[in-house]
Amino acid sequence: MDGKPQRRGFHPIYLLLVVPFVALLWVPIFNRLEPSVFGIPFFYWYQTLWTFLGTACTIPVYLYEENKRK
Amino acid sequence: MSANPVALTVFLVLFFATAGLGFYATKMRSVNLSDLGQWGLGGRSFGTLIAWFLLGGDIYTAYTFVAVPALVAGAGAVGFFAVPFTILMYPVLFVVMPRLWSVAHKRGYVTAADFVRGRFGSRGLALAVAATGIIATIPYIALQLMGMQIVFAGIGLNFTLNLPGIGAFHDLPLLVAFIVLAVYTYHSGLHGTAIISVAKGILVYVAVLAAVIVIPIELGGYGKIFAAANPDTLLLGHGTANNLGPQFSFASLSLGSALALWLYPHSITGVFSSASRSVLKRNAFLLPSFTFALALIALLGVMAVAAGVKSMPEYAEGYRIFGNNFAIPALFLHSFSPWFAGLAFAAIGVGALVPAAIMSISCGNLFTRNIYKEFIDPNCAPATESKVAKVMSLVTKLAALFFVVALQSSYAINLQLLGGIWICQTLPSVMLALYTPRKLHSTGLLLGWLAGMVTGTWMAVSLNFKGSVYELHMFGLTIPCYAALIALVLNIVVAYAVSFVCNAMSGVSKADETLAEDYV
Repeated sequence: MDGKPQRRGFHPIYLLLVVPFVALLWVPIFNRLEPSVFGIPFFYWYQTLWTFLGTACTIPVYLYEENKRK
Repeated sequence: MSANPVALTVFLVLFFATAGLGFYATKMRSVNLSDLGQWGLGGRSFGTLIAWFLLGGDIYTAYTFVAVPALVAGAGAVGFFAVPFTILMYPVLFVVMPRLWSVAHKRGYVTAADFVRGRFGSRGLALAVAATGIIATIPYIALQLMGMQIVFAGIGLNFTLNLPGIGAFHDLPLLVAFIVLAVYTYHSGLHGTAIISVAKGILVYVAVLAAVIVIPIELGGYGKIFAAANPDTLLLGHGTANNLGPQFSFASLSLGSALALWLYPHSITGVFSSASRSVLKRNAFLLPSFTFALALIALLGVMAVAAGVKSMPEYAEGYRIFGNNFAIPALFLHSFSPWFAGLAFAAIGVGALVPAAIMSISCGNLFTRNIYKEFIDPNCAPATESKVAKVMSLVTKLAALFFVVALQSSYAINLQLLGGIWICQTLPSVMLALYTPRKLHSTGLLLGWLAGMVTGTWMAVSLNFKGSVYELHMFGLTIPCYAALIALVLNIVVAYAVSFVCNAMSGVSKADETLAEDYV
């Protein structure tokens, strides 16, 4: 391969994909009991909730890429 | 443990009906299974929905259903690392895997090592990647067989067969399950497994949703459940001035596992079987629904503690043999009516069947493409290729069976973590090579891989294979970090440094057969 890989300009929407890493790897922000929900400590429901928030971060990036292809 | 006839019947009917479905699935479609692309990759034909079932069934293994709640029940908060792990792997799927899918699709690559061979023209490096994939996967298959073993014991199928002159044989049910798995994998390949994964998905969601509704009601609500948990392990311990502590090791386990996951041969087989890039991208936000189920299953570990199943005499034998891995089977038996316990057990049993099949298929693919065809019979016919893969899938399963019979680990999760240390070392050759091929040289990648494998294995040995968090002592700090990540950092440094020297001495290699447009 000789040519450089095509660099399509970086769009800030891709930063959304970094958000879950910050939210889930910076452990001190969620390593706590309160506020609890239905008796479930924060540590447990926060991480469980991120299964949906992670999806919410990915969908806009997907839609952006799909639009760009058209 | 005595068997409950209702639970046993429901379990056996569901288990064998599902396996039978996989066997006959290929009869319904006219598929040429003597072609490796069909047997081993499902003809790269799976759309969004089937890929969702297949990848979900592939990635969420017996480890999810048995070992994660076992770790939460035994060790508390640290076991929950599986949740951030299985969330963070999806941005990786979204960004990295479509590139790998594209180049594999354009160039006809069946394995990750095929890509490495094409990218760097190095048989040695491709062999290293293929061999790492196989040795990392065998303990992972073993984990699935252990999951089945636990389910059989829980349902009461733990009878011993006394063969005169040979002695007692304990694992007869496991052997039967093994034969079922082997026969349908050999016969139907990835097509059959795709059908079974649909059944698995349905069984798992039914069982999990019922469990998180019924069990908390029986136990008096989540408040009571968490009040019964050990308060010392309900959260992660805090670090000190000179020790980053369990919070850091938790994050390192999440990140390291998320990076390792898509490098596993069975993940790559699942990815390559998808019909398009869009299928993968859509699944990057559809598959987290399985992570939600995983989080609920992890919470079942806390519920097992609150229900007190560990101290009940009827489950004492199961706990004695399997340790905390028996927590979920015991909780299901204790909380559900017999017929639903049978269904839940079938969910775990079939749940182990699907990944075990895909793992052994992917090992067959690796052996055929990167060892047999590369070094033994370069001109073999497609039918031979497929035959060799089928036989090798059987051999890897046998190796895993030996693993289970020879090594009994109370924390099955560590087997998977050890494989994770190894597979992580293929990251530069497979993933970084997608982006910076000109900065990488096959010699550098090979030496980096070697450095990572040696230090990673050494760390696991020094931990007596009992864990995978290694304490680094640097700058007066104690850093407890997932050994795979430590080894990977060293691997990457060596890979780029040696590549820089190699490229400076001999110029950038011209061996790359792929083109920039193959990746988009």
